[in-house]
Formats: sequence, C-alpha cells, structure tokens
Amino acid sequence: MTTLDILFAAVGLITAASAVLAVTTHHLVHAALWLVVTLGTLAGCYLILGAELVALVQLLIYVGAVVVLVLFALMLTRAPIGSSPEHSASLVQRVAAALIGAGTTALFASVLLPALGGELRTTRAGDTQSIATQLFGSWVWPFELLSLLLLVALIAALAVSRMPTTPTIPTTPMIPTTLTTRTSVDDIPAKTGGESA
Amino acid sequence: MIHLWLPLLLVCVLAGAGAYGVIARRNAVLVLIGVELILNAANLLFVTTASVRGDQLRTGYVLTLFLITIAAAEMGVALAVILALFRDRGHIDLSEPGS
Repeated sequence: MTTLDILFAAVGLITAASAVLAVTTHHLVHAALWLVVTLGTLAGCYLILGAELVALVQLLIYVGAVVVLVLFALMLTRAPIGSSPEHSASLVQRVAAALIGAGTTALFASVLLPALGGELRTTRAGDTQSIATQLFGSWVWPFELLSLLLLVALIAALAVSRMPTTPTIPTTPMIPTTLTTRTSVDDIPAKTGGESA
Repeated sequence: MIHLWLPLLLVCVLAGAGAYGVIARRNAVLVLIGVELILNAANLLFVTTASVRGDQLRTGYVLTLFLITIAAAEMGVALAVILALFRDRGHIDLSEPGS
C-alpha cells in the first residue's frame, strides 16, 4: 500500500458510502445532500489521481450548480420534509433493482479489474497548461460545439418551462391529493358564476 | 504510485448504485440523481485511465470536462421537463400513468 492508495481508499470509501446512501435514503432532501457529499469527495478522488483542473470543474459545476438545480426542483415540486418511503418503489422492484445494481457492479468489476487492475502505476500529473493547450488547440471545435449545446439547452429549458399547460384539470376526475388546492381554486369561479346567474 | 483496482472498484460501485437508483425510485428527481451517479462513474473511469496512460491530446481529461458540461445541460433540460410535468399532473411519480 502506497500513500496514494491509503488516501484514495479513505476518500473513495466515503464516496461509495454516500453514493449508496443517496439512492437508498427515504428523505428526499437528504438524497440531494448525500449527492453533494458524493460529488465533493469524487473531486477529492480526481485530485488524488492528479487531475486538478477536473477536480475544480467538478466542484464548480456539479457541487455548485447541478446540486442547486436538484434542490430547487425538489423545492418547486413540494417535496415533503421528513421520511417519505412512498417515493421508493415496491419491495419486489427494489429487490430486482438491487440485483441489477449488484449485477452491474459485478459486470464492470469482471471487465475492468482484470484489464487494468493489478498493476502498480505512477500517476502522471495532469498539468493544467498542457490540458489548456490541447483544449483550445486540437479540441477547439468540439469545445465550441459544446457552447452551442449549452445555448440550445438554455433556450429549451426556458421554452419547456414557459410552455402553456393544457387545462386538463377539470376533465380528469382522477386527481391526486396534491392537487386539491388547485381544484378548490377552480371551484371558486364556478360557484360565483352560479350565484351571479 | 497507486494500485488501479481502487479507483476501478469505485467506478463499479458508483455505476451499480446509480443503476439501483434509476430503477428503485419513483420520484423523478431521485431517478435523475441515479443518472448523475452513472455519469460520474464514467467520469472517474475517464480520469483514471487518463492519469495512468495519458496520450498527447489529453483525451481523458478533456472528455471529462465535456461530459461534465453535457451533464449540466442535461440536468437543466430534465428539471424543466420535471417542472412542466408537475404543473400538468400535480405529482412527479413515475410509476403512475399520466392522464
């Protein structure tokens, strides 16, 4: 065991444990917060592997932006505070999901570990200067294409969220309990209309 | 110097946990968290292979940066779709059929 091994084992253990907790916890907000721990410690893993630039970008974009988006989505969809086991699937489906998850892990392990595993390797320092030279040299057209993708995603997100919703509420009798406030609001004009008539 | 089986094992665990999260959750935001975990497993695999057998173009690192950007764009659009779904149906439970 080298020093990097021990460091990576410590950080990687936290990453793996928080990833498992993020997909198994019954608290919705806790899942997002465990995702923060996973992504943050994963940045530490990148740092140990010698990729400083990737680690910083991971911290900035994932921990800084993506997790905030997730928390906002949980807030805007009125996620309940506290334990809510109804957001997990049935027991049968969870057992099947655990089997598939374990199968995925075993499949990846059986492919990756014999191919790359056993050897002791020196990590090359991913020097930022050469990454920048390549990023704005050989990779400049994919990079520009990516900025176009971000623009398209921005416009698409705006368009989708400003899309007028079809008034399906009065025509659907099967309305879940979260919609009771909206149906009661919809009932008010009908009542006043009846009174005026 | 590092033994490569450590990061590779972490890749496997992240991918497995993500697959479990995608299948076992009913809330759409929690499904997205599983997708993020799978994407991060791919990122870690890129960085691991790049850090031991990097090429002249720095492909592993550059593709990781690209993948992080694509994941952010995907997340923005997916959350807009989830919000539209919530306004339309009143819930984001993926196991119930839509109207």
